[in-house]
Amino acid sequence: MNSLILTSIEQGLVFAILSMGVFLTYKILDISDLSVEGTFPFGAFIFAKFISLGVNPIISSLLAFCFGTLAGLITSTLFIKLKIKPLLAGILTMTMLYSINLRINNKANIPLFNFKSIFDYGPAILVLLIIVLLIKILLDGFLKTEMGYLLIATGDNEALIKSLGQNSNKYKTIGLMLANGLVALSGALMAQIQGFADITMGSSIIVMALASIIIGDTFMKNSDTLKNTTRAIVGAIIYKIIGGVAIDLGLAPTDLRAISAIIVILFIAYNNLAVDVMGLKKRRVKEHAKNKEPIKEF
Amino acid sequence: MLKIKNLSKSFNAETENEINLFNNFNLTIEKNKCTAIIGPNGCGKSTLLNMICGSIAADRGQIYLNNNDISKLKEEQRSNNIGRVFQDPSMGVSPSLTILENMALADKKGEKFALKRLIKRNNIDKYKDLLMTLDLGLEDKLDTKVKFLSGGQRQSLSLIMAAMKHPDLLLLDEHTAALDPKTSNVIMKKTKELIKKYSMTTIMISHNMKDALEYSDRVIMLDKGEIVLDKPSREVSEKELMGIYIAKLNEFVA
Repeated sequence: MNSLILTSIEQGLVFAILSMGVFLTYKILDISDLSVEGTFPFGAFIFAKFISLGVNPIISSLLAFCFGTLAGLITSTLFIKLKIKPLLAGILTMTMLYSINLRINNKANIPLFNFKSIFDYGPAILVLLIIVLLIKILLDGFLKTEMGYLLIATGDNEALIKSLGQNSNKYKTIGLMLANGLVALSGALMAQIQGFADITMGSSIIVMALASIIIGDTFMKNSDTLKNTTRAIVGAIIYKIIGGVAIDLGLAPTDLRAISAIIVILFIAYNNLAVDVMGLKKRRVKEHAKNKEPIKEF
Repeated sequence: MLKIKNLSKSFNAETENEINLFNNFNLTIEKNKCTAIIGPNGCGKSTLLNMICGSIAADRGQIYLNNNDISKLKEEQRSNNIGRVFQDPSMGVSPSLTILENMALADKKGEKFALKRLIKRNNIDKYKDLLMTLDLGLEDKLDTKVKFLSGGQRQSLSLIMAAMKHPDLLLLDEHTAALDPKTSNVIMKKTKELIKKYSMTTIMISHNMKDALEYSDRVIMLDKGEIVLDKPSREVSEKELMGIYIAKLNEFVA
Protein backbone atom coordinates (compact mmCIF):
# COMPACT_ATOMS: atom_id res chain seq x y z
CA MET A 1 0.00 0.00 0.00
CA ASN A 2 2.91 2.33 0.86
CA SER A 3 4.51 1.75 -2.53
CA LEU A 4 1.13 2.32 -4.16
CA ILE A 5 0.78 5.68 -2.39
CA LEU A 6 4.38 6.60 -3.27
CA THR A 7 3.87 5.73 -6.94
CA SER A 8 0.58 7.63 -6.94
CA ILE A 9 2.26 10.72 -5.44
CA GLU A 10 5.11 10.51 -7.98
CA GLN A 11 2.70 10.24 -10.89
CA GLY A 12 0.53 12.90 -9.25
CA LEU A 13 3.51 15.28 -9.22
CA VAL A 14 4.10 14.63 -12.94
CA PHE A 15 0.41 15.30 -13.52
CA ALA A 16 0.64 18.43 -11.37
CA ILE A 17 2.80 20.03 -14.09
CA LEU A 18 0.24 18.96 -16.70
CA SER A 19 -2.56 20.39 -14.53
CA MET A 20 -0.76 23.72 -14.07
CA GLY A 21 -0.45 23.93 -17.87
CA VAL A 22 -4.09 23.09 -18.50
CA PHE A 23 -5.08 25.47 -15.68
CA LEU A 24 -3.54 28.31 -17.73
CA THR A 25 -5.76 27.63 -20.74
CA TYR A 26 -8.89 26.16 -19.13
CA LYS A 27 -9.16 28.35 -16.03
CA ILE A 28 -7.28 31.53 -16.88
CA LEU A 29 -7.82 31.96 -20.61
CA ASP A 30 -11.15 30.10 -20.67
CA ILE A 31 -10.03 28.10 -23.73
CA SER A 32 -10.59 24.35 -24.04
CA ASP A 33 -7.27 23.46 -25.64
CA LEU A 34 -7.39 19.83 -26.80
CA SER A 35 -3.97 20.04 -28.43
CA VAL A 36 -2.49 18.92 -25.09
CA GLU A 37 -3.49 15.35 -26.02
CA GLY A 38 -0.83 15.60 -28.72
CA THR A 39 1.59 17.80 -26.79
CA PHE A 40 1.94 15.34 -23.89
CA PRO A 41 3.38 12.49 -26.04
CA PHE A 42 5.15 15.16 -28.16
CA GLY A 43 7.18 16.12 -25.08
CA ALA A 44 7.93 12.45 -24.42
CA PHE A 45 9.07 11.83 -28.01
CA ILE A 46 11.16 15.00 -28.13
CA PHE A 47 12.85 13.88 -24.90
CA ALA A 48 13.39 10.38 -26.35
CA LYS A 49 14.96 11.87 -29.49
CA PHE A 50 17.43 14.10 -27.66
CA ILE A 51 18.32 11.60 -24.94
CA SER A 52 19.02 8.98 -27.62
CA LEU A 53 21.35 11.51 -29.29
CA GLY A 54 23.32 11.70 -26.04
CA VAL A 55 21.96 15.03 -24.76
CA ASN A 56 21.85 15.54 -20.99
CA PRO A 57 18.43 14.54 -19.50
CA ILE A 58 17.87 17.99 -17.92
CA ILE A 59 18.54 19.73 -21.24
CA SER A 60 16.43 17.12 -23.09
CA SER A 61 13.54 17.83 -20.68
CA LEU A 62 13.95 21.59 -21.17
CA LEU A 63 13.98 21.06 -24.94
CA ALA A 64 10.70 19.13 -24.59
CA PHE A 65 9.28 22.25 -22.87
CA CYS A 66 10.57 24.50 -25.67
CA PHE A 67 9.16 22.29 -28.44
CA GLY A 68 5.87 22.13 -26.51
CA THR A 69 5.62 25.92 -26.64
CA LEU A 70 5.83 25.63 -30.45
CA ALA A 71 2.78 23.34 -30.40
CA GLY A 72 0.99 26.08 -28.44
CA LEU A 73 2.08 28.57 -31.08
CA ILE A 74 0.53 26.40 -33.82
CA THR A 75 -2.82 26.29 -31.97
CA SER A 76 -2.77 30.04 -31.32
CA THR A 77 -1.93 30.75 -34.99
CA LEU A 78 -4.84 28.58 -36.15
CA PHE A 79 -7.12 30.21 -33.61
CA ILE A 80 -6.03 33.85 -33.84
CA LYS A 81 -4.66 34.33 -37.36
CA LEU A 82 -6.83 31.84 -39.25
CA LYS A 83 -9.93 32.44 -37.06
CA ILE A 84 -10.51 28.72 -36.44
CA LYS A 85 -12.53 28.08 -33.28
CA PRO A 86 -10.23 27.20 -30.33
CA LEU A 87 -11.74 23.74 -29.86
CA LEU A 88 -11.19 22.80 -33.52
CA ALA A 89 -7.76 24.52 -33.58
CA GLY A 90 -6.70 22.28 -30.67
CA ILE A 91 -8.05 19.15 -32.35
CA LEU A 92 -6.22 20.03 -35.58
CA THR A 93 -2.92 20.57 -33.73
CA MET A 94 -3.44 17.31 -31.85
CA THR A 95 -4.07 15.47 -35.15
CA MET A 96 -0.94 16.97 -36.72
CA LEU A 97 1.12 16.10 -33.65
CA TYR A 98 0.07 12.43 -33.91
CA SER A 99 1.87 12.15 -37.25
CA ILE A 100 4.75 14.36 -36.09
CA ASN A 101 5.24 12.19 -32.98
CA LEU A 102 5.51 9.08 -35.14
CA ARG A 103 7.96 10.86 -37.45
CA ILE A 104 10.31 12.04 -34.66
CA ASN A 105 11.71 8.59 -33.94
CA ASN A 106 9.86 6.60 -36.66
CA LYS A 107 8.42 4.42 -33.87
CA ALA A 108 5.20 4.35 -31.87
CA ASN A 109 6.93 3.08 -28.72
CA ILE A 110 10.46 3.89 -27.57
CA PRO A 111 11.94 2.13 -24.52
CA LEU A 112 14.09 4.50 -22.44
CA PHE A 113 15.39 2.09 -19.80
CA ASN A 114 18.90 2.16 -21.26
CA PHE A 115 19.17 5.94 -21.28
CA LYS A 116 19.93 8.41 -18.54
CA SER A 117 17.01 10.15 -16.91
CA ILE A 118 16.46 13.18 -14.72
CA PHE A 119 15.78 10.75 -11.87
CA ASP A 120 19.41 9.60 -11.88
CA TYR A 121 20.16 12.77 -9.90
CA GLY A 122 18.18 11.71 -6.80
CA PRO A 123 15.07 9.94 -5.52
CA ALA A 124 12.23 10.41 -8.05
CA ILE A 125 9.83 11.90 -5.50
CA LEU A 126 12.40 14.49 -4.37
CA VAL A 127 13.39 15.44 -7.93
CA LEU A 128 9.74 15.79 -8.91
CA LEU A 129 8.93 17.79 -5.80
CA ILE A 130 11.74 20.24 -6.59
CA ILE A 131 10.62 20.58 -10.23
CA VAL A 132 6.95 21.06 -9.30
CA LEU A 133 7.75 23.64 -6.59
CA LEU A 134 10.09 25.50 -8.93
CA ILE A 135 7.41 25.67 -11.64
CA LYS A 136 4.78 26.70 -9.09
CA ILE A 137 6.96 29.52 -7.75
CA LEU A 138 7.83 30.72 -11.27
CA LEU A 139 4.21 30.55 -12.44
CA ASP A 140 2.87 32.31 -9.33
CA GLY A 141 5.59 34.95 -9.74
CA PHE A 142 4.73 35.40 -13.43
CA LEU A 143 1.03 35.81 -12.65
CA LYS A 144 1.92 38.68 -10.29
CA THR A 145 3.76 40.60 -13.02
CA GLU A 146 2.24 43.18 -15.35
CA MET A 147 2.15 40.61 -18.16
CA GLY A 148 0.73 37.94 -15.85
CA TYR A 149 -2.15 40.14 -14.81
CA LEU A 150 -2.88 40.93 -18.45
CA LEU A 151 -3.03 37.17 -19.11
CA ILE A 152 -5.62 36.78 -16.33
CA ALA A 153 -7.58 39.82 -17.52
CA THR A 154 -7.53 38.50 -21.13
CA GLY A 155 -9.46 35.42 -20.05
CA ASP A 156 -11.68 37.53 -17.83
CA ASN A 157 -12.63 40.38 -20.14
CA GLU A 158 -11.00 40.89 -23.53
CA ALA A 159 -12.63 44.32 -23.98
CA LEU A 160 -10.68 45.60 -20.96
CA ILE A 161 -7.36 44.54 -22.52
CA LYS A 162 -8.14 46.48 -25.70
CA SER A 163 -9.23 49.50 -23.67
CA LEU A 164 -5.87 49.36 -21.88
CA GLY A 165 -4.20 49.76 -25.29
CA GLN A 166 -2.96 46.17 -25.35
CA ASN A 167 -3.27 43.34 -27.86
CA SER A 168 -5.23 40.53 -26.22
CA ASN A 169 -4.16 38.03 -28.92
CA LYS A 170 -0.56 38.38 -27.73
CA TYR A 171 -1.56 37.21 -24.27
CA LYS A 172 -3.65 34.32 -25.62
CA THR A 173 -0.56 33.20 -27.54
CA ILE A 174 1.67 33.51 -24.47
CA GLY A 175 -0.84 31.49 -22.41
CA LEU A 176 -1.19 28.75 -25.01
CA MET A 177 2.58 28.49 -25.50
CA LEU A 178 3.30 28.36 -21.79
CA ALA A 179 0.54 25.80 -21.19
CA ASN A 180 1.70 23.50 -23.97
CA GLY A 181 5.31 23.86 -22.86
CA LEU A 182 4.37 22.65 -19.37
CA VAL A 183 2.27 19.79 -20.79
CA ALA A 184 5.21 18.68 -22.97
CA LEU A 185 7.55 18.84 -19.97
CA SER A 186 5.07 16.73 -18.04
CA GLY A 187 5.08 14.22 -20.94
CA ALA A 188 8.88 14.13 -20.93
CA LEU A 189 8.92 13.42 -17.17
CA MET A 190 6.23 10.75 -17.52
CA ALA A 191 8.31 9.03 -20.21
CA GLN A 192 11.29 9.04 -17.84
CA ILE A 193 9.38 7.76 -14.82
CA GLN A 194 7.64 4.93 -16.72
CA GLY A 195 10.70 4.16 -18.86
CA PHE A 196 9.19 4.55 -22.31
CA ALA A 197 7.49 6.99 -24.65
CA ASP A 198 4.33 5.79 -26.31
CA ILE A 199 2.11 7.28 -29.00
CA THR A 200 -1.05 6.58 -26.95
CA MET A 201 0.17 8.19 -23.72
CA GLY A 202 -1.69 11.45 -24.44
CA SER A 203 -5.04 9.82 -25.01
CA SER A 204 -7.71 11.28 -22.64
CA ILE A 205 -4.99 13.30 -20.87
CA ILE A 206 -7.21 16.40 -21.00
CA VAL A 207 -9.86 14.58 -18.93
CA MET A 208 -7.22 13.65 -16.35
CA ALA A 209 -5.95 17.22 -16.20
CA LEU A 210 -9.47 18.59 -15.84
CA ALA A 211 -10.19 15.98 -13.16
CA SER A 212 -7.13 17.17 -11.22
CA ILE A 213 -8.13 20.84 -11.51
CA ILE A 214 -11.75 20.18 -10.56
CA ILE A 215 -10.78 17.98 -7.58
CA GLY A 216 -8.34 20.66 -6.36
CA ASP A 217 -11.03 23.32 -6.69
CA THR A 218 -13.67 21.23 -4.95
CA PHE A 219 -11.57 20.21 -1.97
CA MET A 220 -10.30 23.70 -1.31
CA LYS A 221 -13.29 25.68 -2.43
CA ASN A 222 -13.65 27.76 0.70
CA SER A 223 -10.04 28.83 0.93
CA ASP A 224 -9.38 32.35 -0.37
CA THR A 225 -5.68 32.19 0.37
CA LEU A 226 -4.74 29.07 -1.58
CA LYS A 227 -3.33 29.81 -4.99
CA ASN A 228 -4.79 28.11 -8.04
CA THR A 229 -1.45 26.45 -8.76
CA THR A 230 -1.55 24.82 -5.31
CA ARG A 231 -5.06 23.57 -6.03
CA ALA A 232 -3.92 22.08 -9.36
CA ILE A 233 -0.99 20.31 -7.66
CA VAL A 234 -3.02 18.92 -4.76
CA GLY A 235 -5.86 17.98 -7.13
CA ALA A 236 -3.45 16.02 -9.37
CA ILE A 237 -2.01 14.10 -6.40
CA ILE A 238 -5.47 13.29 -4.98
CA TYR A 239 -6.63 12.23 -8.45
CA LYS A 240 -3.71 9.84 -8.82
CA ILE A 241 -4.22 8.42 -5.32
CA ILE A 242 -7.92 7.80 -6.11
CA GLY A 243 -6.82 6.00 -9.32
CA GLY A 244 -4.20 4.00 -7.39
CA VAL A 245 -6.69 2.93 -4.74
CA ALA A 246 -9.18 1.94 -7.44
CA ILE A 247 -6.60 -0.39 -9.02
CA ASP A 248 -5.65 -1.70 -5.59
CA LEU A 249 -9.30 -2.56 -5.03
CA GLY A 250 -9.18 -4.82 -8.07
CA LEU A 251 -10.12 -2.62 -10.99
CA ALA A 252 -8.13 -3.16 -14.21
CA PRO A 253 -5.78 -0.32 -15.31
CA THR A 254 -7.83 -0.22 -18.51
CA ASP A 255 -10.81 0.88 -16.41
CA LEU A 256 -8.94 4.04 -15.34
CA ARG A 257 -10.18 6.19 -18.22
CA ALA A 258 -13.80 5.45 -17.39
CA ILE A 259 -13.00 6.17 -13.73
CA SER A 260 -11.39 9.50 -14.74
CA ALA A 261 -14.47 10.51 -16.69
CA ILE A 262 -16.74 9.44 -13.81
CA ILE A 263 -14.59 11.46 -11.34
CA VAL A 264 -14.96 14.56 -13.55
CA ILE A 265 -18.71 14.00 -13.87
CA LEU A 266 -19.17 13.44 -10.12
CA PHE A 267 -17.14 16.46 -9.06
CA ILE A 268 -18.78 18.78 -11.60
CA ALA A 269 -22.21 17.43 -10.63
CA TYR A 270 -21.35 17.96 -6.97
CA ASN A 271 -20.36 21.56 -7.68
CA ASN A 272 -23.38 22.25 -9.88
CA LEU A 273 -26.20 20.27 -8.33
CA ALA A 274 -25.62 18.58 -4.99
CA VAL A 275 -24.69 21.74 -3.12
CA ASP A 276 -27.86 23.44 -4.33
CA VAL A 277 -30.06 20.44 -3.55
CA MET A 278 -28.67 20.05 -0.05
CA GLY A 279 -28.70 23.76 0.65
CA LEU A 280 -24.97 23.67 1.27
CA LYS A 281 -24.25 26.42 -1.22
CA LYS A 282 -26.51 28.87 0.59
CA ARG A 283 -24.92 27.98 3.91
CA ARG A 284 -21.46 28.52 2.45
CA VAL A 285 -22.44 31.89 1.01
CA LYS A 286 -23.84 32.91 4.41
CA GLU A 287 -20.70 31.78 6.21
CA HIS A 288 -18.56 33.61 3.67
CA ALA A 289 -20.61 36.77 4.12
CA LYS A 290 -20.34 36.50 7.91
CA ASN A 291 -16.57 36.55 7.71
CA LYS A 292 -16.45 39.53 5.41
CA GLU A 293 -17.26 43.08 6.26
CA PRO A 294 -20.30 44.26 4.30
CA ILE A 295 -19.55 46.47 1.33
CA LYS A 296 -21.22 49.85 1.27
CA GLU A 297 -24.12 49.92 -1.17
CA PHE A 298 -25.77 52.92 -2.72
CA MET B 1 -11.32 68.03 -30.22
CA LEU B 2 -12.86 65.21 -32.28
CA LYS B 3 -13.50 65.73 -35.97
CA ILE B 4 -15.32 63.20 -38.12
CA LYS B 5 -15.12 63.79 -41.88
CA ASN B 6 -17.16 62.06 -44.59
CA LEU B 7 -17.63 58.89 -42.57
CA SER B 8 -19.57 56.13 -44.31
CA LYS B 9 -20.65 52.74 -43.10
CA SER B 10 -22.97 50.16 -44.56
CA PHE B 11 -23.98 46.74 -43.29
CA ASN B 12 -24.77 43.59 -45.32
CA ALA B 13 -23.22 45.26 -48.38
CA GLU B 14 -24.30 44.01 -51.81
CA THR B 15 -27.21 42.01 -50.42
CA GLU B 16 -30.92 42.75 -50.42
CA ASN B 17 -30.59 43.56 -46.70
CA GLU B 18 -27.97 46.29 -47.27
CA ILE B 19 -28.24 49.18 -44.82
CA ASN B 20 -26.36 52.41 -45.53
CA LEU B 21 -26.27 53.70 -41.97
CA PHE B 22 -23.78 56.53 -42.37
CA ASN B 23 -23.23 58.32 -45.66
CA ASN B 24 -20.60 61.08 -45.70
CA PHE B 25 -21.30 61.83 -42.04
CA ASN B 26 -19.57 64.91 -40.57
CA LEU B 27 -19.35 65.94 -36.93
CA THR B 28 -17.11 68.09 -34.75
CA ILE B 29 -17.05 67.64 -30.99
CA GLU B 30 -15.62 70.60 -29.09
CA LYS B 31 -12.74 70.15 -26.68
CA ASN B 32 -13.57 69.77 -22.98
CA LYS B 33 -17.31 69.66 -23.67
CA CYS B 34 -19.78 66.91 -22.97
CA THR B 35 -21.91 66.03 -25.98
CA ALA B 36 -24.93 63.79 -25.57
CA ILE B 37 -26.03 61.67 -28.52
CA ILE B 38 -29.57 60.38 -28.41
CA GLY B 39 -31.86 58.63 -30.84
CA PRO B 40 -34.04 55.56 -31.31
CA ASN B 41 -32.58 52.06 -31.55
CA GLY B 42 -30.82 51.45 -34.84
CA CYS B 43 -30.12 55.18 -35.43
CA GLY B 44 -26.37 54.54 -35.36
CA LYS B 45 -25.34 55.80 -31.89
CA SER B 46 -23.39 52.72 -30.87
CA THR B 47 -22.04 52.18 -34.40
CA LEU B 48 -20.68 55.72 -34.33
CA LEU B 49 -18.97 55.12 -30.97
CA ASN B 50 -17.60 51.78 -32.19
CA MET B 51 -16.18 53.45 -35.31
CA ILE B 52 -14.57 56.19 -33.21
CA CYS B 53 -12.85 53.70 -30.93
CA GLY B 54 -12.04 51.31 -33.78
CA SER B 55 -14.03 48.23 -32.80
CA ILE B 56 -15.98 48.60 -36.06
CA ALA B 57 -14.13 49.65 -39.22
CA ALA B 58 -15.63 52.50 -41.23
CA ASP B 59 -16.01 51.97 -45.00
CA ARG B 60 -14.70 55.46 -45.78
CA GLY B 61 -13.88 58.72 -44.05
CA GLN B 62 -11.48 60.14 -41.48
CA ILE B 63 -11.57 60.55 -37.74
CA TYR B 64 -9.25 63.16 -36.19
CA LEU B 65 -8.58 63.32 -32.47
CA ASN B 66 -6.80 66.54 -31.50
CA ASN B 67 -5.84 66.97 -35.19
CA ASN B 68 -4.27 63.49 -35.39
CA ASP B 69 -5.79 61.13 -37.94
CA ILE B 70 -6.69 57.99 -35.98
CA SER B 71 -8.71 56.37 -38.80
CA LYS B 72 -6.01 53.84 -39.66
CA LEU B 73 -5.09 52.96 -36.08
CA LYS B 74 -6.15 49.66 -34.51
CA GLU B 75 -8.62 49.66 -31.60
CA GLU B 76 -5.91 49.07 -28.99
CA GLN B 77 -3.79 51.89 -30.43
CA ARG B 78 -6.72 54.33 -30.31
CA SER B 79 -7.41 53.23 -26.73
CA ASN B 80 -4.25 54.99 -25.58
CA ASN B 81 -6.10 58.29 -25.95
CA ILE B 82 -9.70 57.15 -25.56
CA GLY B 83 -11.48 55.98 -22.42
CA ARG B 84 -14.72 54.06 -22.68
CA VAL B 85 -17.38 53.02 -20.20
CA PHE B 86 -19.73 50.33 -21.47
CA GLN B 87 -23.39 49.64 -20.74
CA ASP B 88 -22.51 46.34 -19.04
CA PRO B 89 -20.73 47.12 -15.73
CA SER B 90 -18.53 44.02 -16.16
CA MET B 91 -17.10 45.19 -19.50
CA GLY B 92 -14.78 47.82 -18.05
CA VAL B 93 -13.24 45.70 -15.28
CA SER B 94 -11.63 42.33 -14.72
CA PRO B 95 -14.14 40.64 -12.34
CA SER B 96 -11.81 37.94 -10.99
CA LEU B 97 -9.18 40.50 -9.96
CA THR B 98 -9.34 42.74 -6.90
CA ILE B 99 -10.15 46.46 -6.91
CA LEU B 100 -6.46 47.20 -6.32
CA GLU B 101 -5.36 44.97 -9.21
CA ASN B 102 -7.91 46.56 -11.53
CA MET B 103 -6.76 50.05 -10.55
CA ALA B 104 -3.12 49.09 -11.11
CA LEU B 105 -3.97 47.72 -14.58
CA ALA B 106 -5.80 50.95 -15.48
CA ASP B 107 -2.80 52.94 -14.23
CA LYS B 108 -0.59 51.19 -16.83
CA LYS B 109 -2.93 52.02 -19.71
CA GLY B 110 -1.06 52.80 -22.91
CA GLU B 111 2.28 51.79 -21.38
CA LYS B 112 4.40 48.73 -22.06
CA PHE B 113 3.55 45.76 -19.85
CA ALA B 114 6.67 43.90 -18.76
CA LEU B 115 7.80 41.17 -16.37
CA LYS B 116 7.76 43.61 -13.45
CA ARG B 117 5.47 43.46 -10.44
CA LEU B 118 2.19 45.19 -11.23
CA ILE B 119 1.26 46.31 -7.73
CA LYS B 120 3.57 49.02 -6.46
CA ARG B 121 3.14 50.04 -2.82
CA ASN B 122 3.88 53.69 -3.64
CA ASN B 123 0.78 53.89 -5.83
CA ILE B 124 -1.72 52.50 -3.33
CA ASP B 125 -2.40 55.88 -1.70
CA LYS B 126 -3.03 57.40 -5.12
CA TYR B 127 -5.62 54.68 -5.89
CA LYS B 128 -7.24 55.18 -2.48
CA ASP B 129 -7.54 58.93 -3.11
CA LEU B 130 -9.16 58.31 -6.50
CA LEU B 131 -11.60 55.77 -5.08
CA MET B 132 -12.43 58.11 -2.22
CA THR B 133 -13.92 60.55 -4.75
CA LEU B 134 -16.61 57.91 -5.45
CA ASP B 135 -17.67 58.03 -1.81
CA LEU B 136 -18.55 54.33 -1.78
CA GLY B 137 -15.95 53.11 0.68
CA LEU B 138 -14.20 51.12 -2.06
CA GLU B 139 -10.87 52.54 -0.89
CA ASP B 140 -11.18 50.31 2.19
CA LYS B 141 -11.93 47.23 0.09
CA LEU B 142 -8.90 47.21 -2.18
CA ASP B 143 -8.45 43.45 -1.79
CA THR B 144 -12.08 42.62 -2.61
CA LYS B 145 -12.59 40.86 -5.92
CA VAL B 146 -14.61 42.99 -8.31
CA LYS B 147 -17.05 40.13 -8.98
CA PHE B 148 -18.35 40.62 -5.42
CA LEU B 149 -19.29 44.27 -6.07
CA SER B 150 -22.76 45.43 -7.08
CA GLY B 151 -23.46 46.65 -10.62
CA GLY B 152 -23.32 50.28 -9.52
CA GLN B 153 -20.03 49.81 -7.69
CA ARG B 154 -18.51 48.05 -10.71
CA GLN B 155 -19.68 50.81 -13.02
CA SER B 156 -18.23 53.45 -10.69
CA LEU B 157 -14.94 51.57 -10.74
CA SER B 158 -15.10 51.29 -14.55
CA LEU B 159 -15.63 55.04 -14.74
CA ILE B 160 -12.67 55.82 -12.48
CA MET B 161 -10.50 53.36 -14.44
CA ALA B 162 -11.51 54.84 -17.81
CA ALA B 163 -10.85 58.39 -16.60
CA MET B 164 -7.73 57.64 -14.55
CA LYS B 165 -5.20 58.62 -17.24
CA HIS B 166 -7.23 61.65 -18.35
CA PRO B 167 -7.93 60.46 -21.90
CA ASP B 168 -8.34 62.98 -24.72
CA LEU B 169 -11.79 61.53 -25.33
CA LEU B 170 -14.19 59.77 -22.97
CA LEU B 171 -16.94 57.63 -24.51
CA LEU B 172 -19.91 56.81 -22.31
CA ASP B 173 -21.93 54.10 -24.01
CA GLU B 174 -25.31 54.12 -22.21
CA HIS B 175 -23.25 53.57 -19.09
CA THR B 176 -26.18 53.91 -16.70
CA ALA B 177 -28.75 51.96 -18.74
CA ALA B 178 -28.26 48.71 -16.80
CA LEU B 179 -28.59 50.39 -13.39
CA ASP B 180 -31.59 51.21 -11.23
CA PRO B 181 -32.72 54.90 -11.27
CA LYS B 182 -31.14 55.74 -7.89
CA THR B 183 -27.77 54.20 -8.76
CA SER B 184 -27.96 55.69 -12.25
CA ASN B 185 -28.39 59.13 -10.72
CA VAL B 186 -25.37 58.68 -8.43
CA ILE B 187 -23.21 57.48 -11.34
CA MET B 188 -24.29 60.42 -13.51
CA LYS B 189 -23.28 62.87 -10.77
CA LYS B 190 -19.89 61.17 -10.36
CA THR B 191 -19.47 61.24 -14.15
CA LYS B 192 -20.14 64.97 -14.25
CA GLU B 193 -17.65 65.61 -11.44
CA LEU B 194 -14.94 63.58 -13.17
CA ILE B 195 -15.50 65.21 -16.57
CA LYS B 196 -15.21 68.63 -14.95
CA LYS B 197 -12.23 67.69 -12.77
CA TYR B 198 -10.14 66.26 -15.64
CA SER B 199 -11.57 68.56 -18.38
CA MET B 200 -12.30 65.63 -20.66
CA THR B 201 -13.92 65.84 -24.08
CA THR B 202 -16.86 63.50 -23.67
CA ILE B 203 -19.45 61.80 -25.85
CA MET B 204 -22.33 60.32 -23.93
CA ILE B 205 -24.92 58.03 -25.48
CA SER B 206 -28.18 57.90 -23.59
CA HIS B 207 -31.83 56.98 -23.94
CA ASN B 208 -32.60 59.17 -20.97
CA MET B 209 -33.61 62.62 -22.29
CA LYS B 210 -33.48 64.18 -18.83
CA ASP B 211 -29.89 62.99 -18.22
CA ALA B 212 -28.87 63.98 -21.73
CA LEU B 213 -30.01 67.55 -21.15
CA GLU B 214 -28.92 67.85 -17.54
CA TYR B 215 -25.39 66.52 -17.86
CA SER B 216 -24.31 67.62 -21.34
CA ASP B 217 -23.32 70.91 -22.97
CA ARG B 218 -24.70 69.92 -26.35
CA VAL B 219 -27.30 67.46 -27.49
CA ILE B 220 -27.37 65.70 -30.86
CA MET B 221 -30.20 63.48 -32.06
CA LEU B 222 -29.42 60.86 -34.68
CA ASP B 223 -31.85 59.12 -36.97
CA LYS B 224 -30.78 56.54 -39.57
CA GLY B 225 -27.21 57.82 -39.39
CA GLU B 226 -28.14 61.48 -39.87
CA ILE B 227 -28.21 64.38 -37.44
CA VAL B 228 -31.81 65.55 -36.99
CA LEU B 229 -31.14 67.86 -34.05
CA ASP B 230 -27.98 69.60 -32.86
CA LYS B 231 -28.37 72.26 -30.17
CA PRO B 232 -26.77 73.49 -26.96
CA SER B 233 -28.48 71.57 -24.16
CA ARG B 234 -29.67 74.73 -22.41
CA GLU B 235 -31.59 75.77 -25.55
CA VAL B 236 -33.72 72.67 -25.81
CA SER B 237 -36.43 71.36 -23.47
CA GLU B 238 -37.08 67.76 -22.53
CA LYS B 239 -40.57 68.11 -24.02
CA GLU B 240 -39.23 69.30 -27.38
CA LEU B 241 -36.67 66.51 -27.41
CA MET B 242 -39.25 63.89 -26.53
CA GLY B 243 -41.57 65.19 -29.27
CA ILE B 244 -38.96 64.72 -31.99
CA TYR B 245 -37.91 61.38 -30.49
CA ILE B 246 -41.47 59.98 -30.49
CA ALA B 247 -42.07 61.26 -34.03
CA LYS B 248 -38.95 59.39 -35.20
CA LEU B 249 -40.03 56.29 -33.30
CA ASN B 250 -43.46 56.41 -34.98
CA GLU B 251 -41.78 56.74 -38.39
CA PHE B 252 -39.69 53.70 -37.50
CA VAL B 253 -42.77 51.65 -36.47
CA ALA B 254 -44.77 52.77 -39.55
